[in-house]
Amino acid sequence: MPDDPPIVLTAQNLTREFDGVKALDGFSFNLHRGEILGLLGANGAGKTTAMNMLLGLTTPTAGTIQVFGKELQQHRVEVLSRMNFSSAYTSLPGNLRVWQNLRVFARIYGVPEPKKRIAELLDLLEIGYLHDRVTGQLSAGESTRVNLCKALLNKPDLLLLDEPTASLDPDIADKVRKFVRRMQKEHNIAILYTSHNMRDIEEVCDRVIFLHKGRVVAEGTPEEIVNRSEQASLEDVFIKIARSGEVEE
Amino acid sequence: MNFRIVSALVWRYLFLYTRTPMRLVELVFWPMVDLLVWGYLTLFIQENAGHSLPYPIAYLLGGIVLWDVLFRAQQGVAVSFLEDVWTRNLLNVFVAPVRTSEYVVATFGVGIMRILVTVSMMLLVAFMLYQFNVFTMGWALLPFFLNLLLCGWSLGMISTALILRWGQAAESLAWAVPFFIQPFVAVFYPIGSIKPEWIQYFALAMPPTHVFEGMREVMKTGTFNMHHFFWASVLNVIFLAASAWIFSSTLAATRRRGLLTKFATQ
Repeated sequence: MPDDPPIVLTAQNLTREFDGVKALDGFSFNLHRGEILGLLGANGAGKTTAMNMLLGLTTPTAGTIQVFGKELQQHRVEVLSRMNFSSAYTSLPGNLRVWQNLRVFARIYGVPEPKKRIAELLDLLEIGYLHDRVTGQLSAGESTRVNLCKALLNKPDLLLLDEPTASLDPDIADKVRKFVRRMQKEHNIAILYTSHNMRDIEEVCDRVIFLHKGRVVAEGTPEEIVNRSEQASLEDVFIKIARSGEVEE
Repeated sequence: MNFRIVSALVWRYLFLYTRTPMRLVELVFWPMVDLLVWGYLTLFIQENAGHSLPYPIAYLLGGIVLWDVLFRAQQGVAVSFLEDVWTRNLLNVFVAPVRTSEYVVATFGVGIMRILVTVSMMLLVAFMLYQFNVFTMGWALLPFFLNLLLCGWSLGMISTALILRWGQAAESLAWAVPFFIQPFVAVFYPIGSIKPEWIQYFALAMPPTHVFEGMREVMKTGTFNMHHFFWASVLNVIFLAASAWIFSSTLAATRRRGLLTKFATQ
């Protein structure tokens, strides 16, 4: 469609085999500027494999990834400088202070006026008081928000968020969801979002892709998928897909 | 090569060391123990053997100090990589716009800083306790130092490649790898003492052997042996190129096999 915003990320026929088993099988999708795309699936569905390939951490067995119109494998550094990533399963060095960790990454990404940018982001996330704290002593919620700060330092055009609300209490999870939405609206960032929390997905994502055993089994807005599957909620769709691999009755 | 990125990575290790005083144990304590134990033992042997053992204290202390140059350079590479694994920060670094070469050069820089701290302390203590002054070797010290630095970097890249290949379970290799070669590179004794004789050919194929042989020659005769310097340098260039290739191909294989993320988040 002519009105569609430009494509930021294109994955074509991504396939990844581990010891003859396909963790991802012919996965294709586009992600547009300003769109939040949710990647859903039970454990082992292929989400993490897909995410790792999109970050250049795992090489696809077959298929191609284009980010900002460039092949990821061949233009890795150039592409990564315009992207960022935050995961519940990684952390910043625990024995450094928050400002030290953020200054290091600000320098890696070549952020102009890093002190100002860090202060601005910490304030946005309502964690200005953490500036001098030791990273390893933060709570899960504080740590997640510091990781988000790191992920936004370079004003990315593409952001990959791997279960950003995992292990957060409902209050902080709500703040994180609202913050992600706000960033997307204000800065038109394309975001790829994985989560096991269906509330996250319904509130945050414009469109979702369900994976099952490495293959796409459903795609659309959360409402479209719920209606098509004749289930009561996205959570029920998730359970149905996880158990049967099918969306429709 | 972007030096802004290299300096950012070096900065991170500096923050880490200044924030963790226990790192001083590794940088200062163990080298001091070596220096004291071997220094006192040599003094004892020297006193009891009279003049039948020429230059033992100088040989031994020179060996200890110069070996530490190699060991700290190797540690700079291997332990810096492990620091990222231990802090679960490896993924953040590998998804940032950091080239492998920038990452490796930053660990080389950390190696140099570690050497400066450890070797300065050792030289001070060796001078105060044993009147051993390494600077009597004069300008010859510089090529010895540079060759050991290069060899330490090579061993550091090989250690890191082995850890990447076998995972965190193999992390003790970060400390063990230099000691695989230590008995055969004539650190504390001349190459002629290595038996059986055929192992001496293996020893001569190692760059540090030429450095330590050269060091003893300077101490004994005051002559800098160009033959040893030439071979140490040539072998180091070969070792450095080979270990860089081993490291980058192991990293590429780790990516191909999809093990990098498992490794980084385990």
